[in-house]
Amino acid sequence: MTTDVTGRKAGGPGGINPPASFAHAAAPTPAAPTPAAPVPAAIELRGISKSFGPVRANEDISFFVPKGTIHGIIGENGAGKSTLMSILYGFYRADQGEIVIHGRPAALPDSQAAIRAGIGMVFQHFKLVQNFTVLENIILGAEDGPRLARSLARARKTLADLSREYELEVDPDALVEDLSVGHQQRVEILKALYRDADILILDEPTGVLTPAEADHLFRILRGLRDQGKTILLITHKLREIMEVTDNVSVMRRGRLIDTVATAKTSPAALAELMVGRKVLLNVGKSPATPGETVLSVENLSLSDEQKVERLRSVSLTLRRGEILGIAGVAGNGQSELLSILGGMTRPGEKVSGHVTMGGQPLPITGKAANGKARREAGIAHVPEDRHHHGLILDFTAWENVALGYDDDPRYGRGMLLDNGALREDAARKMQTWDVRPPIHTLAAKNFSGGNQQKIVLAREIEQDPTVLLIGQPTRGVDIGAIEFIHKQIVALRDQGKAILLVSVELDEIMSLSDRIAVMFDGRIMDILDPAQTDEAAIGSLMAGIHPAEGRPAGETPPATSGEA
Amino acid sequence: MQPLPKWADLVLVPLISLALAFFVAALVILAIGESPWFALKTMVQGSLMTASGWGHTLYYTTSFIFTGLAVSVAFHAGLFNIGGEGQAQLGGLGVALACLYIPWPHWSLALLGATIAAAAFGAAWVAIPAWLQAKRGSHIVITTIMFNYIAASVLMFMLVDVLRPIGQQDPSSARFPAEVLIPRLNQIPGLDLLFPRTVPANITLFLALTAAVLVWLLLWHSRTGYHIRAFGKSPGAARYAGISATRITMIALLISGALAGMMSVNNVLGDAQRLLGNSAAGAGFIGIAVALMGRNHPVGVILAAFLFGFIFQGGSELGFMTAIPIEMRVVIQGLVILFTGALDMMVRMGLERVFPRAANPAKPTTAGAA
Repeated sequence: MTTDVTGRKAGGPGGINPPASFAHAAAPTPAAPTPAAPVPAAIELRGISKSFGPVRANEDISFFVPKGTIHGIIGENGAGKSTLMSILYGFYRADQGEIVIHGRPAALPDSQAAIRAGIGMVFQHFKLVQNFTVLENIILGAEDGPRLARSLARARKTLADLSREYELEVDPDALVEDLSVGHQQRVEILKALYRDADILILDEPTGVLTPAEADHLFRILRGLRDQGKTILLITHKLREIMEVTDNVSVMRRGRLIDTVATAKTSPAALAELMVGRKVLLNVGKSPATPGETVLSVENLSLSDEQKVERLRSVSLTLRRGEILGIAGVAGNGQSELLSILGGMTRPGEKVSGHVTMGGQPLPITGKAANGKARREAGIAHVPEDRHHHGLILDFTAWENVALGYDDDPRYGRGMLLDNGALREDAARKMQTWDVRPPIHTLAAKNFSGGNQQKIVLAREIEQDPTVLLIGQPTRGVDIGAIEFIHKQIVALRDQGKAILLVSVELDEIMSLSDRIAVMFDGRIMDILDPAQTDEAAIGSLMAGIHPAEGRPAGETPPATSGEA
Repeated sequence: MQPLPKWADLVLVPLISLALAFFVAALVILAIGESPWFALKTMVQGSLMTASGWGHTLYYTTSFIFTGLAVSVAFHAGLFNIGGEGQAQLGGLGVALACLYIPWPHWSLALLGATIAAAAFGAAWVAIPAWLQAKRGSHIVITTIMFNYIAASVLMFMLVDVLRPIGQQDPSSARFPAEVLIPRLNQIPGLDLLFPRTVPANITLFLALTAAVLVWLLLWHSRTGYHIRAFGKSPGAARYAGISATRITMIALLISGALAGMMSVNNVLGDAQRLLGNSAAGAGFIGIAVALMGRNHPVGVILAAFLFGFIFQGGSELGFMTAIPIEMRVVIQGLVILFTGALDMMVRMGLERVFPRAANPAKPTTAGAA
């Protein structure tokens, strides 16, 4: 299905919400539906600008968040969302402009000042001490005095109240390392509430959650809002904005493009505001015409250095001309599967099972199981983590074009590398893949996420592989580039390549895959036909719950019974 | 933060750091009641204003180029080879054995043989720490430090119990036969016009410069160099690319040890012409500072080696000519290392604050806020 955007045009920056109304000191009405409603502002930003050298991360940002609302901030990577939040939380100081909290101009020189002003932040990567209990984490930095017992007792009581009030149940004596990601996030929220935050900022909170956990989070957020808390939700997922926010501000290239009431907008209109042009939200693709099996995996298992089983007896087959999508919450064995197939397991990891490619057995242990051997066998690999695996950030773009293919005779003779040939090859690839800026002498770290990913894709795809492994193809990639990357993946499939796609973005899996394997706890729960399933069914499989009704069995029998 | 322009990063930062180091050194000299200006004059006079001064400065420079390159190559693989001292001492043993026990027909062959022996002994001395690092994950810094002590003891044992000629009191080897002695700079036709009297600097200087070119070729123009740099910058990406961590760790450290060992051609064969107790004389450690200051690039290493050669020679001159003790050169060295290595960021951050303003003068003044 293809959805064309037919939304409205972008308004001027900060085109709404006259701030005159915040003087109303009337009783707060919870859940104000429109930004212009006469409720006091919890946060008002006036003309915030911030530059890093010549880069203007934020330019003249003004908006207004009424008290007791959930306010979304959406924008592509590099649009300036994080900078803006860092200014609000006192990490950066704005070059210009004014921050008004609850009607009073606030100077936020550091995060302590932000906390005192009632601002709490839940980071994308949690800042918890793993081997402390929940209670110890919550009082960390907010102890009442040198003796911990008093603080802990007080925290225990407050925590019980908070949990009851907001559906935030967590065992106060559990160690954080034993908690699920969803629960760890609750601890972060509780930490903020314990410090009397009444403005809560959440940065990409659902990236690590299952759909069910995300739903629970949204219930918590709505509860907080109904108690009069104000919530700023930063995300790049349109669906979440539509589901949970009251108002949404769209950022693009450091500017605030518009603030609109969520009820009066649509995903397509928001996407257009974010990118500045019409975007296809769904990939147009014809049905797959799969050919013969090229890669078959049987009973593949992996235990890590701590002897924890990460992959449990996984079997699957991959055919020419199809995209097999692997759905699952991050950390359920997808990375290990890619790592074995891509030949990059660590020395301490124990691997067992069989992999054959085109009928030939593929070594999965020992020295022959390395990235170079895999590439020679026709397996190209776009790794999940392009910052630590796919690219060497300090290397130039042209040096990165040789990564993994550095022994290729095209790139030099004997022991010497032909840097000239490499530069030429890089320049050509960057041109065909529209990498911007097309400067091959620039270090990889200086490209945006989307352009970095294009460098990796160009390198791997242009080797004309038989099998392409792709992990998180659009993580940290802006919407405009996502569209391009998705098209390339489908085009590759149509050339008869076999593609194994791993992504934590369910939307991406749903729109690209010809078959979907769902992984949970190192196992394949089921392999589904995307036409005959929906997000809810996949979501419960991702959480390890096998639906009661008998689905067509996958290639491995479902092993776990319902554990939440 | 806005990165500095390349020239400022490469030239301005080290120069300012250096100026700061000399400024603090001047304060120390003032504190002991001597004149810093006179001290500086003596240093320059003694190291750069006379042929003999140049002969000594270049001699030290040669040693420091080798040890600096040694640290650099390992550093590009993300490994900190702190054992250059021990590897150089073992290299010296290799030179002595090659020169004493093999009858070389001509000095050029002796130079070749001694170089190979020095490199082989240096590489062999780092091979065990390298293997422990590659296979067992034992930290290279710890093991190479330990091996420095072992090297000193091995050398002493060899000198006292094996190589010392009968009847000689002092723990050193016999003098090398005249056939193996390589020319000093004052013995090279053409250069003898510049150096009228005997100087310690010798033909090994050109070997050092050649080594610098070869290291440059290795690191930036060879596949192995690519592997070394890739592994050093990102072990994860190297694993992804199929570059063997074990192999690269071994190769990089063996090359590093070989370079450190080769410095002994300069001091053992080139100058002392026999093996002495403390033959490396700290050059292995100075190599760390040289690599640090030279930004691990062969050109930088040559320049930094020359600077430290100047400090070394100028410092001994201070000891001879003034009331300032010779230990002052250790103080100056320490300050240079402190400012160019450890406090490098201080200068850089200061400059970064100056530069964006210069590069981007069109910064908007406070516009009308609400």
